[in-house]
Amino acid sequence: MPAITNNGIETWRLRTSKEQWIRWVCWLIGLAVIMYAWQMISEKTVWFFVTDAPTQAADIGSRMVPPKWSYMDKLWKPVWDTINIATIGTIIAMVIAVPVAFATARNTTPNIVVRTIGLFIIVSSRSVNSLIWALILVFILGPGVLAGTIAIGLRSIGFCAKLIYESIEEIDHTQVEAIEATGASGPQKMIFGILPQVLPTIAGVGIYRWDINIRESTILGLVGAGGIGLQLNGSLNTLAWTQVSLILIVILITVFISEWVSAKVRGAII
Amino acid sequence: MLQLAELTKKYNTGELALKGVTLEIPKGQVLALIGPSGAGKSTLIRCVNRLVQPTSGSVVLKGTELTKLSSSALRKARRRMGMIFQEYALVERLTVMENVLSGRLGYVGFWRSYFRKFPRADIQEAYRLLDRVGLKHMADKRADELSGGQRQRVGICRALIQNPDLLLVDEPTASLDPKTSRQIMRLIQELCSERGLTAIINIHDVFLAQMFSQRVVGLELGSVVYDGKPDGLTPEVLTRIYGEEDWSATIKSTDEDDDDEEEF
Repeated sequence: MPAITNNGIETWRLRTSKEQWIRWVCWLIGLAVIMYAWQMISEKTVWFFVTDAPTQAADIGSRMVPPKWSYMDKLWKPVWDTINIATIGTIIAMVIAVPVAFATARNTTPNIVVRTIGLFIIVSSRSVNSLIWALILVFILGPGVLAGTIAIGLRSIGFCAKLIYESIEEIDHTQVEAIEATGASGPQKMIFGILPQVLPTIAGVGIYRWDINIRESTILGLVGAGGIGLQLNGSLNTLAWTQVSLILIVILITVFISEWVSAKVRGAII
Repeated sequence: MLQLAELTKKYNTGELALKGVTLEIPKGQVLALIGPSGAGKSTLIRCVNRLVQPTSGSVVLKGTELTKLSSSALRKARRRMGMIFQEYALVERLTVMENVLSGRLGYVGFWRSYFRKFPRADIQEAYRLLDRVGLKHMADKRADELSGGQRQRVGICRALIQNPDLLLVDEPTASLDPKTSRQIMRLIQELCSERGLTAIINIHDVFLAQMFSQRVVGLELGSVVYDGKPDGLTPEVLTRIYGEEDWSATIKSTDEDDDDEEEF
């Protein structure tokens, strides 16, 4: 298409003139939509609050310092709870996610019905945020660490199973074929041909999800599902800003450490 | 020992990969299967151990008809057929020893294989084979640490520890340099004669085929177009198999036969 003969001379352009015009018009429409949306937002915004924001932020900031270090005594337990929610939740998720992944991957699924069920589990787990899972579970199980742990677990099944089943589908088939050619049975093919190929992914996904879950479990307390979020919520409600700042610092350090651990472990596995 | 009769394979795509191939291979014969890409060489050897299910025709190994076997009987039959692959097909993240021992999977139960508790005789045989191919010191290395030639040697050990009657070899040298190719082909040839093994070797290097086999079968578009001695591969024959080309430099002339074998 872009090769054009002009007066007997062959020239080449990336796009024909028509294609170029269509692109310009599309850009123009896009720009118009953005301008219109901006105007709508602007109309509905109380600009007084926005112009006031720096003052407010500075005010809260000044109330936050110095952090109330003595409050730390009451934070060790919630931090420990938070880590436990994330860790046990991830373990529960992985125990369920690995079989679900094998049942869902095209090359290991027993049949289409099982695969559909597997996909349904994955989608339903992924489509609900852990905060919403926690909200529901607090109603069912009552407030506390258990609700948070199960919420994290339910939320993580889909994430882990999806990543693992995709990696099962991408394995090198000839390695499996070679094991099959020796006269190995189906289960033997699984442990010798497939599992060694996906084991690094399984471990990597577990660690990655644990890292995410540490962060997610810090906010579960907002809905009463245990962990440090409970203290954060309480401190915010009582306008105890010096406690809030300490909690934020503690969360930051916890997340830093979990990221460092997960990077180290992942490096060791892969 | 192995009889193929009217073996036909039609893939779901409608492609007719094998068109009624009939071959009779006596015990101890090393047969080279040559032909252009897409001629059906891989399909043919995969139809023998039924990694590919033939559409019609029969495969008889030592009096057993393989095409109609139930899956458990097929697994038993596969134990006596060793296969060597083009890209080695080792399980990359397992050790050399585990890869070799995987050749015994047909003989051990699930839990023994899960915990890698192979019989002592198998382990001794694995060490013996690794020693034979010069890789005993590599037994605990992971397969992905090995070079191409070393990997193919491990692949050979995995096939041989099955104690097979028949070797199915699929392009063993396609990923190797010329020197390693010759070493690997010579190793396969030596091991076949040591153990009296029958082998079908897919290979697209005509020169290697002539050098290391007793019989050459030329396949073109799923049909046998040549079946005879290696030195019967004249330019006319190669043209029939591969199409028109200047073949004068490809063919090993008969009088330098012996020198070549020494040289490489």
